[in-house]
Amino acid sequence: MNCEEAEILLHALIDGELDAGHASEVEAHIAECPRCAEAFAAYRQMSQAIAAADLRYTAPPALRRRIEASLPQARAPSRRAVLRGFAMGSAVSALAATGLVAIVLRNDDEQRIMSEVVSAHLRSLQAGHLTDVISTDQHTVKPWFNGKLDVSPPVIDLTGQGFTLVGGRLDYVDARAIGAVVYRRRQHVINLFIAQTPTIERRPAKTETIQGFNIRRWSEGGLNFWAVSDIGADELAEFGEKFQTAMQANKEG
Amino acid sequence: MPVTSSNDDPDKARRFREAALPYLDDVYTLARYLLRDPADAEDAVQECYLRALKHFDTYRGPAMKPWLFAILRNVCRAEFARRAAAPSAGIDDADEAAEQAPLWHETPETPEAQVLRDRDAAAIRRMVEALAEPFKETFILREINNLSYREIADTVGAPVGTVMSRLARARALLRSAWLAVEEQPK
Repeated sequence: MNCEEAEILLHALIDGELDAGHASEVEAHIAECPRCAEAFAAYRQMSQAIAAADLRYTAPPALRRRIEASLPQARAPSRRAVLRGFAMGSAVSALAATGLVAIVLRNDDEQRIMSEVVSAHLRSLQAGHLTDVISTDQHTVKPWFNGKLDVSPPVIDLTGQGFTLVGGRLDYVDARAIGAVVYRRRQHVINLFIAQTPTIERRPAKTETIQGFNIRRWSEGGLNFWAVSDIGADELAEFGEKFQTAMQANKEG
Repeated sequence: MPVTSSNDDPDKARRFREAALPYLDDVYTLARYLLRDPADAEDAVQECYLRALKHFDTYRGPAMKPWLFAILRNVCRAEFARRAAAPSAGIDDADEAAEQAPLWHETPETPEAQVLRDRDAAAIRRMVEALAEPFKETFILREINNLSYREIADTVGAPVGTVMSRLARARALLRSAWLAVEEQPK
């Protein structure tokens, strides 16, 4: 690969748009070309700074109301009418209806965060970006997060159980700083993203696949967890279960 | 059963509301950057949602966000035409950019990374807004609206390769703006 190609492709690498083959070609070029390496580092920093600064605008409430009002309301059954329809079935289905609305909304948000988590995972696989603190010792990785996040993410060494702790990293998801604990399974990287959640509700693990990556997501003890990797769903489930068991044991012990 | 009857008779406005309104902030954000005027942005967003509702019957995907953005771009294009017809509109824009430049005074000799991190959102916004088209639009769709390259290509109706080269150019422009600010004497 020459510099001209790399100048364009290094952006795709930053944006996590390259497949593994092209990504490693660009990385190989960066590794031996100081000029492109410098550009890559500068652009990556710029991207991170932009992601960290919230550059989005919020639509004024008056605009939202105007648009709402301009939609043909009369012909549309209002949400209340829809709910009444459910309620006519039984009290239980009315409850189910409100639950459904909540689930739909939450999923929408969740889907977006999931794809951000996958992007963060892809970014982490780029040259020299996997870990901010490199250590196989949980007592080194855990204190490293102190003062960097609004939560203290649980760092659990699962080396004895086939998942090697590699280190930790600060990442950005949903426009917030988020903790990432990095594990390895053979040659595969597992990023465990940990963020605070407003509820202490315990949510069972769910696995999804986005862009070929498996994501196992669960909530426990006021924290949201997303484990992302290219290992199989069964192995990722094994990881999640072992982590949760160990976390439970830590709490009790 | 009432449930099935309401499903059998899907109501367009309700479906539209549920599909399109969650992206209101995204659409408004793009409008603000493209038009650089809050009142014009509001008008453009409202027009965008009206047109989107009108064409919602024929909407088949791919994703709602790029679809809304593509409509917004058309609305903005009409607005640009209106501004161009008004005397000296283009010059105003250039003046505005020039006036904004002195606002960025940062301590010189700060390392680039440090400057990037410390720069507040308002200063970054001004720099992004000062980028030339079509680079600005591509940059905003990627960095602020978080679209994938494919989605950007769908939105602007250009091949992915064009999106890539525009993005590279946009970042190069922004980087030199950033460095220029850094070197600028107080």
